[in-house]
Amino acid sequence: MAFSQAEVLAGLADIVNDETGIATESVQLEKSFTDDLDIDSISMMTIVVNAEDKFGVKIPDEEVKNLITVGDAVNFIVSAQA
Amino acid sequence: MAGKIVVTGLGATTPLGGDVESTWKALLAGESGISTLEQDWVAQYELPVTFAGQAKVKASEVLTPQECKRLDPSSQFALIAARQAWQDAGAPEVAPERLAVEYATGIGGVWTLLDAFDTLKEKGPRRVLPMTVPMLMPNGPAAAIGMDIAARGGVRTAVSACASGTEAIANAIDRLRSGEVDIVVAGGCEAAIHPMPIAAFAAMHATSRKNDNPAAASRPYDVDRDGFVMGEGAGALVIETEEHALARGAKIYAELAGGDVTSDAYHITAPDPEGSGAARAVLGALAEAGVKPSEVNHINAHATSTPVGDIAEYNSLVKVFGDDLGKIAVSATKAATGHLLGGAGAIEAIFTLLAVYDRVAPPTINLDNQDPAIPLDVVTTARPLGDQPLVAISNSFGFGGHNAVVVFKTYSK
Repeated sequence: MAFSQAEVLAGLADIVNDETGIATESVQLEKSFTDDLDIDSISMMTIVVNAEDKFGVKIPDEEVKNLITVGDAVNFIVSAQA
Repeated sequence: MAGKIVVTGLGATTPLGGDVESTWKALLAGESGISTLEQDWVAQYELPVTFAGQAKVKASEVLTPQECKRLDPSSQFALIAARQAWQDAGAPEVAPERLAVEYATGIGGVWTLLDAFDTLKEKGPRRVLPMTVPMLMPNGPAAAIGMDIAARGGVRTAVSACASGTEAIANAIDRLRSGEVDIVVAGGCEAAIHPMPIAAFAAMHATSRKNDNPAAASRPYDVDRDGFVMGEGAGALVIETEEHALARGAKIYAELAGGDVTSDAYHITAPDPEGSGAARAVLGALAEAGVKPSEVNHINAHATSTPVGDIAEYNSLVKVFGDDLGKIAVSATKAATGHLLGGAGAIEAIFTLLAVYDRVAPPTINLDNQDPAIPLDVVTTARPLGDQPLVAISNSFGFGGHNAVVVFKTYSK
């Protein structure tokens, strides 16, 4: 069972909201995790681990630094499912 | 030496209530905050003790979900109490560099630590949350408060078991007297009602086993006392120099006139049966306050309801007060709240201060048959303390041989 891009974005928005309180509608593809959403590295790691659980994928630590925007994360998760 | 030190704000969340007002009202009314634990893990682990003093108001009802997620329960209680105290003090305007925190815990983030270990065992290291370390560290509560009120004059944590909360308040006096800061938010917290600490305290036979009657289990000075009852929660006081408080027109509850910390170097858990270290702490605190033992009107005793501890404290009081002891109204409020460990000294300092401010000593519930070996004048129903200027002390002692005492006086300019 693969998640669509829209499903991953919605699921990721829920995870971000749960961890940080940021409104789900603010979690948009072009938003930067650090510059726009003000998410620190500790929250980011928590979000990554929760996303791994939710979507059944592995996001290696060395990959996390490349996930600048929400879209980067969504695309990585969508392709990692394949 | 600088001028007087005064208390201008109070906050608490306890087994009796979610704030100071409701806690104090319930305490004066003789209510008990102790009840049977309904959690599944009590039966799961067949715990020998099945009750405790749980916080009357859950932290999750007060804080945001994100605050709860990022703070150990001990820090959650601390933040709730400190915010109340800060608002009660009128959210004072003070330079961040002149504002400090002295906030204690006995154990620290034990829930976080043990939950993380469960996660490690069940799901592996990658699932251990990155916030685990900052949440479990014992300075977590002080740091959370310091960030919340922008305290940059130093944020410190006294860790001296059940004396911690009182030691933190005594430390606040030193910081203010030194002139380094104008305001200190001080107090202590604990959130250790978890199966492991319950099992560990039971293993050393420190806690009561009166599982069939929780509300009557904490009974300081009673012949049938059989150990303390764990409680959880936090207390916080805004403490400042008189000069600073007067300049901003603050409401002043009482003078925090003195404090002292001593140690027994006798035994890691047992109190010195002679109570010498405890007596030195009382005398040291009274000397700093400029008060003679004969001038003390009220004592909020440590009195945890253990067979040996209550007698050791009595012996120390006899050493200090001699024949005057019979004229002093003694309250043992752990009978109602249970023992908040690192938070105990904080909420009991608040009770002691309110006894001075409201001129009434709170009751000691469950005293049905007073131990003849402890012939104190124990207050069993709320007792007026009269119209004269009052002096009251709060005692706290902890495993490790820690003794801490603070003195409150009726405030006058």
